[in-house]
Amino acid sequence: MRYDAIAIGGSHGSFDVLLRTFGEFSGIELPPIFVAIHIPRGSAPDFVTHFNTRCGCRMLEVEDKQVPMNNSIYLAPGGYHALIERDRSLSLSSDGPVNHAQPSIDVLLESAALAYGNRLLAVLLTGASSDGAAGMERVHALGGTTVVQDPRTAKAPVMPQAAIDRFQPDYLVAPEMLARTIISLAGETQE
Amino acid sequence: MIDPDVLRIETDLVVAALFQRYGLDFRQYSRASLERRLLGLVEKLHLQHVTDLIPRLLHEPGFVDRMVNGIAVNVTEPFRDPECFSAIRQHVFPVLRTYPYFKIWHAGCASGEEVYSMAILLKEAGLLDRAQIYATDINTDALARARDGIYPVESIARGEKNYLAAGGTGRLADYTLQQYGSARFDSSLRENMVFSQHNVVSDEVFGEMVLVMCRNVLIYFERELQNRVIDLFQRSLVHRGFIALGAKESLQHITGGAAFECLDRHARLYRAI
Repeated sequence: MRYDAIAIGGSHGSFDVLLRTFGEFSGIELPPIFVAIHIPRGSAPDFVTHFNTRCGCRMLEVEDKQVPMNNSIYLAPGGYHALIERDRSLSLSSDGPVNHAQPSIDVLLESAALAYGNRLLAVLLTGASSDGAAGMERVHALGGTTVVQDPRTAKAPVMPQAAIDRFQPDYLVAPEMLARTIISLAGETQE
Repeated sequence: MIDPDVLRIETDLVVAALFQRYGLDFRQYSRASLERRLLGLVEKLHLQHVTDLIPRLLHEPGFVDRMVNGIAVNVTEPFRDPECFSAIRQHVFPVLRTYPYFKIWHAGCASGEEVYSMAILLKEAGLLDRAQIYATDINTDALARARDGIYPVESIARGEKNYLAAGGTGRLADYTLQQYGSARFDSSLRENMVFSQHNVVSDEVFGEMVLVMCRNVLIYFERELQNRVIDLFQRSLVHRGFIALGAKESLQHITGGAAFECLDRHARLYRAI
């Protein structure tokens, strides 16, 4: 595989985009996917159940010291930041909101960029804050590939636009093209 | 731009300086969070590199405290994870009733919201008079805030729902004096509290505790250090004492974990066997 991990951030409006996208991943071999969306404390189990039921995917809530596996999606729990350690295990912190958010997309992406370098595919979706823009910029600077939702297709364009204002993403995509884009970049057909 | 390998070396050097000069051991802290805190400190102090922290650390009196307060940060709120508090009411309070006098330790109490939360529940159960509550943290800024017990009124307002979910019987705001946007917890709650700086990584046992609350501290540690800290707690507990962990922590992979039974998986409440 060309990438060792995929990291996805989003906020307002991103839930529908993710439901649609993850539903198209069945039968495709993908590296571990980390997801940070702005969800409230204690809500992750409901999100996990919903995604797994609707999309037939294998989503788990991020646990401290967890070792990520292929074909699995790891959701950052509300009230915590999810980070990637250099040995590529997952960790959590609770040191306060970043960009008014916990989990913060920047925290996930910045640590993932350090851990994975050019082996990371990062995706930033619709959202009403600029969380994630700095993280995407670091992913870009450290050789990772960046995919940003086209702000014209976003329910809340602030988030993708904030990233575009900082650097030029590798791909700008509409929600209906996102799954195909990720699969063509990072996926392999399962034997 | 950041070079990951250089950042790793710089972090090692800062950690070495902290340890060799001050005996402060961050060597087994989870690195991703530590690196982020160090980078944040560099930005806040308008420095260029993480290693620019080292000369100040070695030569500037008092800088070490600023630094520890900048990197050992945990943020909490009143009745965070109410299921934890209601599980303590259900499983621990009946045991506390059997003691004429008992001790509770909040290890890593951060800014203290959960210490006051505990005191309120004890008070409502008629147990506060018998309690000695130790609240410790490595972070002196946080500890000072805990000692003051003054929080933004919004924080208290947000805590009302969790307070009720934890089994509170009144109104959280009624335990505070509110003035100019700040809320100060009633001094009667503070009477049996002792605040002190303590480092769970290197300092000694706090003896004869019936309950150790250590929530959202273990997540910052690597596995081996987690094992050591749980061992410290085990030695700090009375026979059949209790440990309450954060919502994302467990004793499942901890070496000494087999010495505890899990009373409530969701609330992360454990009892020594």
